[in-house]
Amino acid sequence: MSRIAVVVFPGSNCELDVQWALRAIGAEAEMVWHRETDLSGFDGVVLPGGFAHGDYLRTGAIARFSPVMSAVTAMAEAGRPVVGICNGFQILCEAHLLPGALIANRDLRFICRPVEVEIVDTATVLTASVEPGAVLTLPLNSYEGQHTDPSGTARVVARYVEDVNGSQDRAAAIANEAGNVVGIMPHPERSSEDVLGSSDGRLLLESLVAATERIPA
Amino acid sequence: MKVTVHIERRPEIADPEGTTISRSLVDLGYDEVVSVRTGRTLHLEVEGDDADAVKERVDEMCQRLLANPVIEDYRIEVEA
Repeated sequence: MSRIAVVVFPGSNCELDVQWALRAIGAEAEMVWHRETDLSGFDGVVLPGGFAHGDYLRTGAIARFSPVMSAVTAMAEAGRPVVGICNGFQILCEAHLLPGALIANRDLRFICRPVEVEIVDTATVLTASVEPGAVLTLPLNSYEGQHTDPSGTARVVARYVEDVNGSQDRAAAIANEAGNVVGIMPHPERSSEDVLGSSDGRLLLESLVAATERIPA
Repeated sequence: MKVTVHIERRPEIADPEGTTISRSLVDLGYDEVVSVRTGRTLHLEVEGDDADAVKERVDEMCQRLLANPVIEDYRIEVEA
């Protein structure tokens, strides 16, 4: 059974939802406090949403130096699945594990509603189980959700069907070159059961769990 | 030593807050306002006697934590 670490920073607030959703599809998901330095024994890691370290300075700026991040970086370099959701995506950008940065939404609105995203790249740990071109409905819940990438190198994995927040290339999710590090702004875990209004996010989490099973420990 | 760090978005990066403030000023009748860019100022108290050495350390702090060089520029002033 795959074992996935869900990192908890001071200010994280989606860790229980992520754990619940991963367990519902048969993965072992364990909370790991941000001061831990060892992720051996885990097949993958999720940085959940929230406001790590109060979002002080910039979103993710302080979290990126939390002790656990060295182990997260090592996991990324070893080719294991590393997924950041919302605030986790912001942390991965600050840590330079993904290109670009997340800034305030174009219209300065905190966007909290379901949005449609089109999966445009299925060669990543988060999208391998999804049909290319599939349109998923996922809840967006962010203020600093506008991805900008001056380098122009971001590999877009999912695109907002409508331009909701000004993100460059309408990116809702991006990946590193190898496809094992993925950041996504909307929340798959909050759309993982029909009772939540959509179970589309489950496909993404199933991809993640399958990816952790493929990689030898 | 007192050190001031000014951080602002690089000109090519959108600044939605600055754009909104600019529009609001024009709405108030300040038609002469062409644009507003927001930034952040940090005041540091740093131990040391050599201004150049202090500046070098603060520059490193900016590169690593205080600024995000991907989207921001910064300027350091050391008060003798």
